[in-house]
Amino acid sequence: MSVDQKAIDEVVSNLQLPPKVIGNLKRELKDAKITKKQLDEIIKRTTAIYDYSRIEAGEAAGVVSAQSIGEPGTQMTMRTFHYAGVAEINVTLGLPRLIEIVDARKNPSTPMMTIFLEKDYAFDRDRARELAWKIEATYITVLGSMSTDITEMKVIIELNKKAVLQRNMSVKEIADKLADELGIRSEISGDTLTMRPEEPSYRQLLQLVKNVQSVILKGIKGIKRVVIRKEESSEYVLYTEGSALKEVLAIDGVDATRTRTNNINEIFEVMGIEAARSALIHEATETLREQGLTVDVRHIMLVADIMTVDGEVKPIGRHGISGEKASVLARAAFEVTVNHLLDSGISGDVDELRGVTENVIVGQPIKLGTGNVKLIAKKVK
Amino acid sequence: MVIATPKRIKQIKFGLISPKEFRKMSVTRVITADTYDDDGFPIEMGLMDTKLGVIDPGLRCKTCGGRAGECPGHFGHIELVAPVIHVGFAKLIRKILRATCRKCGALLLEPNQKKKYLEQIKTLRKMGQPIEDIVNEVFKEARKAGTCTYCGEVQQEIKFEKPTTYIENEHKLMPTDIRSRLEKITDEDIEVIGMDPQNARPEWIVLTVLPVPPVTMRPSITLESGQRSEDDLTHKLVDIIRINQRFQENREAGAPQLIIEDLWELLQYHVTTFIDNAVSGVPPARHRSGRPLKTLSQRLKGKEGRFRGSLSGKRVNFSARTVISPDPNLRIFEVGVPLEVAKELTITMNVTPRNLDEVKEYVRRGPDNHPGANYIVRADGRRVKITESNSKELADLVELGWKVDRQIKDGDVVLFNRQPSLHRMSIMAHEIKVLPHKTFRLNPAVCPPYNADFDGDEMNLHVPQTEEARAEAKILMHVQENILSPRFGGPIIGGIHDHISGLFLLTNSKEKINKNDALELLRKSEIRELLEPAGMVDHEPYWTGKQIFSQILPGGLNLQFKAEICEQCEVCKGVDCENDAYVVIRDGILERGTIDEKAIGAFKSVILDKLIKEFNSDIACRFIDDATRLSIRGIMHSGFSFGIDDEYIPPEAQSQIDEVMTQAQDKVEKLISAYLAGELEQLPGRTLTETLEMEIMKELSKARDSTGDIAGRHLGMDNSAVIMARSGARGSMLNLTQMAACVGQQAVRGERIKRGYAGRTLSHFEKGDLGAQAHGFVRASYKSGLSPTEYFFHAIGGREGLVDTAVRTSQSGYLQRRLVNALQDLEVQFDGSVRDTRKMIIQFKYGEDGINPMNSDFSKPEAVRRIIDSVVGVKE
Repeated sequence: MSVDQKAIDEVVSNLQLPPKVIGNLKRELKDAKITKKQLDEIIKRTTAIYDYSRIEAGEAAGVVSAQSIGEPGTQMTMRTFHYAGVAEINVTLGLPRLIEIVDARKNPSTPMMTIFLEKDYAFDRDRARELAWKIEATYITVLGSMSTDITEMKVIIELNKKAVLQRNMSVKEIADKLADELGIRSEISGDTLTMRPEEPSYRQLLQLVKNVQSVILKGIKGIKRVVIRKEESSEYVLYTEGSALKEVLAIDGVDATRTRTNNINEIFEVMGIEAARSALIHEATETLREQGLTVDVRHIMLVADIMTVDGEVKPIGRHGISGEKASVLARAAFEVTVNHLLDSGISGDVDELRGVTENVIVGQPIKLGTGNVKLIAKKVK
Repeated sequence: MVIATPKRIKQIKFGLISPKEFRKMSVTRVITADTYDDDGFPIEMGLMDTKLGVIDPGLRCKTCGGRAGECPGHFGHIELVAPVIHVGFAKLIRKILRATCRKCGALLLEPNQKKKYLEQIKTLRKMGQPIEDIVNEVFKEARKAGTCTYCGEVQQEIKFEKPTTYIENEHKLMPTDIRSRLEKITDEDIEVIGMDPQNARPEWIVLTVLPVPPVTMRPSITLESGQRSEDDLTHKLVDIIRINQRFQENREAGAPQLIIEDLWELLQYHVTTFIDNAVSGVPPARHRSGRPLKTLSQRLKGKEGRFRGSLSGKRVNFSARTVISPDPNLRIFEVGVPLEVAKELTITMNVTPRNLDEVKEYVRRGPDNHPGANYIVRADGRRVKITESNSKELADLVELGWKVDRQIKDGDVVLFNRQPSLHRMSIMAHEIKVLPHKTFRLNPAVCPPYNADFDGDEMNLHVPQTEEARAEAKILMHVQENILSPRFGGPIIGGIHDHISGLFLLTNSKEKINKNDALELLRKSEIRELLEPAGMVDHEPYWTGKQIFSQILPGGLNLQFKAEICEQCEVCKGVDCENDAYVVIRDGILERGTIDEKAIGAFKSVILDKLIKEFNSDIACRFIDDATRLSIRGIMHSGFSFGIDDEYIPPEAQSQIDEVMTQAQDKVEKLISAYLAGELEQLPGRTLTETLEMEIMKELSKARDSTGDIAGRHLGMDNSAVIMARSGARGSMLNLTQMAACVGQQAVRGERIKRGYAGRTLSHFEKGDLGAQAHGFVRASYKSGLSPTEYFFHAIGGREGLVDTAVRTSQSGYLQRRLVNALQDLEVQFDGSVRDTRKMIIQFKYGEDGINPMNSDFSKPEAVRRIIDSVVGVKE
């Protein structure tokens, strides 16, 4: 009597419904013993409810989205720093972070990465740690102490054997690296390195100290710190302060499919505009969720879409979307009024009065929603 | 009857005005700097010439014959003796001068390059994209050329000195030279630099004629003393004319070049400040009092400027504003309007055969007998005020085609608004209920969308004037249609404060309610008969609170959920919950559980959510109405108050709290001594001091929490504050802890208080004291009272909160303005896509699935499951 699974799947898959709803239907109808009639009824009702819940044509979707994201802004905290799961790493959250996201800043104030590892590494603490050392930028100061001998005009680096070994390095390696970067050979004696500046001058000596300190001996530039944390799924995940997506993805053992950074522009440069769009959605959703505010994804999607629609991440505001509007009046009414008017005079721009502000300015009904519908009464003879 | 459809402005073209056109549109040349003669009449060819329009009542415009108010004003002009540069275009002139040949005026690019750029510009224009980048590239490329490929002239470096000086080869370029160079540029080249040769010839940006704005644009005001005070623009024009005259006299007299140049510069200065009085490098022109003049640019700019202040934001009639106060007996979509306001606000009625008698009745009642009428407009357009004395006569005169301004009355649809209008629920349509007293009344359940309270808030009311507007208001903006927030698809209207505690008390108690009380509780709800009584006591039937509440639930409602008071036990006992926190509603009867915030609260209400989505907004609306009425009566039934005695903690609890505090203090001391001895274990990635701070903060907040637990144990569910906190009506257990047990650590920027004197926060402490008390830990409770130092720290922490709020409102306000501005033109099209004004597609399908966020629940798996259950369930 009941319809078999395959038939259900086939019927359901061909429905004119969003994939998500079809997926839901399929999942719920799995192993359900229903008759053909029941299936038809279910499909009928589902389609009806979908039609009911569809957005109406003419809806001012933009304004609703803008309000839905802007309004909770008043309820958000100003506190810049918070701990994102890991107590050791500070991340900008709340309103400042939301502003940062819509501003499409080139560099967020607290860049951060979440690095997932491939199976062989993810469940092995030692291997995870090994990767962490590979990623974290190591400077000489963490490996030992430096001192200057003014009488002898030399810099003495006393390495901490434990720290060096911990990072899987050797004294020789460090000396070579320093020589590569600075062009100055150092004498190795046990755990001590001695370097001399090219010219024995006080100034050169100090400069050398500075230079030595700035050499990255191991790891990736820009990643100040790596923290390893065991997630609930007993998988080890690396959290970093600082971000360098391209370099990190190149490292073996890093799961490139899940690893992410909170620097949207970096994602855009490495993986393209579609990735940047989903990063925008992800970051904005997370920022709002962390504050305990629920905002429908569709609103955030619309903001992300308008920011990325031209193939580059453009900020919301006078340097981005609002500054590139077609309408002169709309731009003038937003910011830098006079300049927009002067420029439009020069290029002989024409304002077609299609948008909202323009029509408000000239005092006629706006062409949106009910204002976009034309009805003419036909005289019946 | 001919119905004229309003004309629509289709487009606005921008451009520059040529000197020729300036003269053509001018009604008079202005030559005298004086305004009025001794008799107070405007001087001819002066700045207040009546040809330019009139502002004084009684005078008539010589150009159009209109009186003040009718005449829109007309432009005049000043013939400048020597050309001057328009400051707004000074940078453009620099770019053009550097990009064109100094001899032949050709754009210094190869012909094929010009063609390439021109094509790019044309395509961008067609697509509605900004051409700025291409034009800048043109200028950059053209500047590179050393010699002109067309006439072979060697180009010179042109230096630009802000604001309006150009120097070529140590030799200053006068505006006349610049103008003649710009004149030489061909129309073809003009297009390549992004200009429009028909509407913006480059030489027009060097002014030879200055338009004089109409008098109506710069009205003078007469002070009480009878003295006239001129507008800032008039002052500036006087300066320009004076210098212009002096310049002419000097030149005609053959004054030395030096003097001429000085005067030229002065003229340039005055014209510059006339256009923009805030150019960097130019001292702003000042009024006699020292206040900088507000000239043309300043009038347009900024929040109060023409664009944002006068054009985007408009003032309206038919509005009222007053203080709001609550009235739970109103329905949620009603608004109580004071009689005084109702008498003043009107709706225009067109007299038709169908409403003639009705209209006559309104007119007969006159302006003082609400609901009456205030004005009639006769067929010829004459307005007649209705007074007590003429109302009867006018009522008989009323004819078809007349218009009557009728006072608003019960049931009229009005718009109700509270600023800041952050989302669309900040303006909703309500139905009027005319009431005595002087405040707007509203059901407290609609406070959340407006974010209103009654501590002195004022709200605005607008009366829509056309049938279309009223229809739109009723269909789209009605409170009922806005119970669901489009932000998250949940109810935003719902019970608050006493609604929640009232229903909590009613449904959580085991009290047996007799018939009298039961009827009293349900008095304001439209309930005709009671349920079967739950039992009998002394031969009297009685009902339970749950039964009473069930009365207002619509039949057919089935729900199961965990209430707000749920303690999140590890194993949920479900129906057998000892806290009565598991709510079961079957067919509109509350069988188990307590009604609290989760059930009826705004933002959280599960019942409301279900009612709107599975029944309709009418039923949901009625439920809120009933719930608010019942809850108020419910809270009055048992009584509810909160006083300082509710913060009382028995001595044994107090001693427990003291012990916890002492222990915490000891632990902090130990941490500090460990730190001082260098024995503290450093957290990874933190300095030693940071580690200490974090440990201390952790320890103290743990201590505060455990005092709260102790206090909570001793303050049971018979305590008003606990009831409010647990049911979600108001406040939290943290608030109660602070009142009864311990206020806790005061923080600035998430850290203990560190600022103050050198090495210490206050002079009451030793230098270098790291202890809890010295860094803002408040051990006392609000009830016991704070010590002076604690009080001070508390004030520091409180101040931070205030600053935070102030900063946040401005920041989030700007964020909102930017977001709205960027997205305002997006509209869902009939094909389901989202597009902007250029018809550029932003989304192919709104939200990827075309579902309205307000109804987003229907895309969730539960919705499908429900359908399946209902279908399968019905069949079996």
